[in-house]
Amino acid sequence: MTTTAENPAPSVEARDTGGSAKTSRGRAIAILLWSIRHWSVVVAGAVLVVAVLWALVPGWFAHSSPTAIGATDKLLPPSSAHWFGTDRLGRDQYSRVVHGARASLSGSVVAVLIGVAVGSVFGALAGWFGRWIDAVVMRLIDVVLSIPGFLLAITIVVVLGYGILQAAAAVGLTSSAAFARLIRSEVLRARTSQYVEAAVASGARSSTVLLRHVVPNSLGPTLSLVTIQFGISIIWIASLSFLGLGAQPPSPEWGRLVADGRNFLASKPYLVVYPALTVAAVVLAGNRLARHFAERQKR
Amino acid sequence: MARYVLKRLAHTVLVLWAAYTLAFILLTALPGNAISNLINNPQNQLTPEDGKLLKAFYGLDHPVVVQYVRALDALLHGNLGYSLSSGAKVADLLGDALPGTLRLTALGFVFGAVIAAGVGVVGSYARWNWLRTLLQSFPALAASVPSFVIGILILYYFSFQLHLIPAVDDGTFLALVGPAVTLGIMVSAPLSQVFSASIAATRRQPFVHVLQARGAGERYIFGRGVLRNSSLPVLTMLGLAVGELIAGSVVTEAVFARNGIGQITLNAVNTQDLPVVQGVVLVATTGYVLVNLVVDVVHPLIDPRIRADILAARPKKTKGSEKGAIPARLGPDEATSPRLPEEVATR
Repeated sequence: MTTTAENPAPSVEARDTGGSAKTSRGRAIAILLWSIRHWSVVVAGAVLVVAVLWALVPGWFAHSSPTAIGATDKLLPPSSAHWFGTDRLGRDQYSRVVHGARASLSGSVVAVLIGVAVGSVFGALAGWFGRWIDAVVMRLIDVVLSIPGFLLAITIVVVLGYGILQAAAAVGLTSSAAFARLIRSEVLRARTSQYVEAAVASGARSSTVLLRHVVPNSLGPTLSLVTIQFGISIIWIASLSFLGLGAQPPSPEWGRLVADGRNFLASKPYLVVYPALTVAAVVLAGNRLARHFAERQKR
Repeated sequence: MARYVLKRLAHTVLVLWAAYTLAFILLTALPGNAISNLINNPQNQLTPEDGKLLKAFYGLDHPVVVQYVRALDALLHGNLGYSLSSGAKVADLLGDALPGTLRLTALGFVFGAVIAAGVGVVGSYARWNWLRTLLQSFPALAASVPSFVIGILILYYFSFQLHLIPAVDDGTFLALVGPAVTLGIMVSAPLSQVFSASIAATRRQPFVHVLQARGAGERYIFGRGVLRNSSLPVLTMLGLAVGELIAGSVVTEAVFARNGIGQITLNAVNTQDLPVVQGVVLVATTGYVLVNLVVDVVHPLIDPRIRADILAARPKKTKGSEKGAIPARLGPDEATSPRLPEEVATR
């Protein structure tokens, strides 16, 4: 998602017009025109790039430590020294938001990976072998989906304990049912297709058929669910942390920061507003890009 | 028709039993619980005999299978067990908290439906281009902002800045508005998404073009055909919306510090009070599954095409409910898939 986001220019339209102009100036103008027409995609990409950089190299953006307690700088309003103010222990809120990106983003990545991995295993088994395996897996999916998702995630957190990884695992396991159902139907569609029939008839092994034909053909719809699920995972993990069931202090995490600042909402709203807007901006940007790619896929 | 209803009802009961069992298996896999924490805490100065007595009282000294059968038997007699931390009946705890949460979710749902209807209709018919664009981007926006962010912003502006609504739950209706609007915005995202998409799909249908060709006004066409045709997919979304309401009420009650099921859930999680967690899961799942059952039963009553499908599907004796006339509409993937409204509308 991010590699394409960093460079939205080499898209279909940009290449078409740029190619006809042939000069580098023509190409630059084409890129510029594309960016203006798709300004929201460009902004979304920029937001995501910044968020990913926050997660990877927080030191480039925030120079003070996110956990260093400053006894004399408690609850300072935003200033040039502390862009987002300081919290009740005198920690720089801006660097806590920057460093919080790592927990939030890596948590969502882990959640989506778990969801796809578990979902693929069950979905592929059900779709490929059919018969009683399919029946059992489908019933299991029905049951998992019949429990309200967020509540199921909370129940899994009770079992796994508190922490960002545990919260990610809970969200991932909860989402795996939706992945399994999608992948099952994709595998089923591929299995009954003529090209798979032809491959089997010409003597290909079933592992070859799976890797060559079934997996690549099931990839597109799965990827678009992945992009949607990524945004949902950020929201759910932040919500779990907000409820105190995810990341534990003193590690910064966006939902956690909002929860910590809530006690000062009446007098120090900036403690809540900046981390809250950060989550919203990142999820919004992720969903915007997801929609953009889904639209392009459809064309 | 009666056969279809009975089949759906049996399926619902089975799903509920399976969900209860799944939650039971999940929670018994847990090494610790509130009782072992109590016994192992040196501050309580419990002798090993006291510990055994406590475990025997809660039936924890039996094998898991016996515990499960006993729990199920008690459940059939309307007993959800006892809270491990307070000793109160779980059914009483939930019964006390349920009315507040139900009031909140019901009002939240009303707000959500009103917002979704407004966004769908105005976003499709508004005369000004900018207003349509603005409203059409609303579902994506509402789905991207976490509910605790919406709640906290509402709390900040309307309670602390404008002093329009009380910041704490004082039992008045006004205190309910803030959290209910939070829930409403959250729920309106999928509803308005589907409503907008299905209005657009319905307006592309031939009968709309015929009406236009005969000189009917947009308002007449909307009232006569578009509204009813495009609200059907929204009906199937209601089940999903209830799931969101239940999840959202946990977060919203925490933001606005309200008593209710959410509060009880959080306390139970923090004290590893397993029977209460189990009870909450059961109650929430029951609500969720029942609404989906009602939606599935009401659907053929409203839409004659689906009724015909059910009657036609009967002699075939299809195996498994998902291959039946109507798929069980439980999952979130219908929410994200744009194909649902078109599929229903163009059938």
